[in-house]
Amino acid sequence: MRATVLVRPKEGILDPQGEAVQGSLKKLGFAVDSVRVGRVIDVELAASDEAEVRAQVERMCSELLANPLIESFQIRVEEP
Amino acid sequence: MNDRPTVAVVVFPGSNDDHDAAWALGAMGADPRLVWHAEATLPEGTGAVVLPGGFSYGDYLRAGAIASVAPVMDAVRAFASSGGPVLGICNGFQTLCEARLLPGALRPNHQLEFVCRDARVRVESADTLFTRRCEEGQELTIPVKHGDGAWYADEGTFVQVAARRQIVLRYAEDVNGSLGNVAGVVNEAGNVMGLMPHPEHAVDPLLGSADGGLLLAALVDAATSHLLAAA
Repeated sequence: MRATVLVRPKEGILDPQGEAVQGSLKKLGFAVDSVRVGRVIDVELAASDEAEVRAQVERMCSELLANPLIESFQIRVEEP
Repeated sequence: MNDRPTVAVVVFPGSNDDHDAAWALGAMGADPRLVWHAEATLPEGTGAVVLPGGFSYGDYLRAGAIASVAPVMDAVRAFASSGGPVLGICNGFQTLCEARLLPGALRPNHQLEFVCRDARVRVESADTLFTRRCEEGQELTIPVKHGDGAWYADEGTFVQVAARRQIVLRYAEDVNGSLGNVAGVVNEAGNVMGLMPHPEHAVDPLLGSADGGLLLAALVDAATSHLLAAA
């Protein structure tokens, strides 16, 4: 199975990368109120049970893929 | 026993201040040993561990994230929990936070720029293994060079860390948007410290400052004490 993890800077945490992108978008003439830059991580797993996959990926997120102090994450599990 | 205590300097792929740290520790009286990240153990008779600056694993994922789970980190964790002194410099600080051996996290600098210059830092507590050669309130000049140096903790953690006097160094001015101008912290037990400034680059007046030597010499003292206590 495949799991997609979406990692974002937590709300209220300064995101200098997002601010830099916002500045550039404004320079290109786009009216942008806010930009936040996160990260997408696709994980292919041998496990085939959705609940099991979700549990494993949640552990991956709290142990490595995201830093819960400063980042939030969402997990989407897909059939291949 | 060799009268120069062994100080292990961990080398990750992408570390780039490992040799400077080893040189400076040698100048402060230690017997520095470079230890590759894939090692499962520290050299026998290690009295202290330094995680040096650099860009371990290319800062993939987050600065220090991959290094925090490197094989050698199990040995570093065990060494720290036995009371062994551990110092993380810059990328080493990021790694210790990612490994949750230190509170908080290092975020990108608020000014969106890499900062590379001498910084003035104030010793907030001289009552730690690492600052025993300093005076409380003493101002040190030590260079910084980092893109992800803004220390962050949630409010509850910050209040707790401040109350427990775990904030050891603060910048005398805003350098990178660090919460409370924090430049260096220790763990609750007081034997693990991380700081963004580079003491190994300030160990001789020829380098512009010898203030970093105060911190490294204290670490070498702590290494000797740790070895004596274990003997």
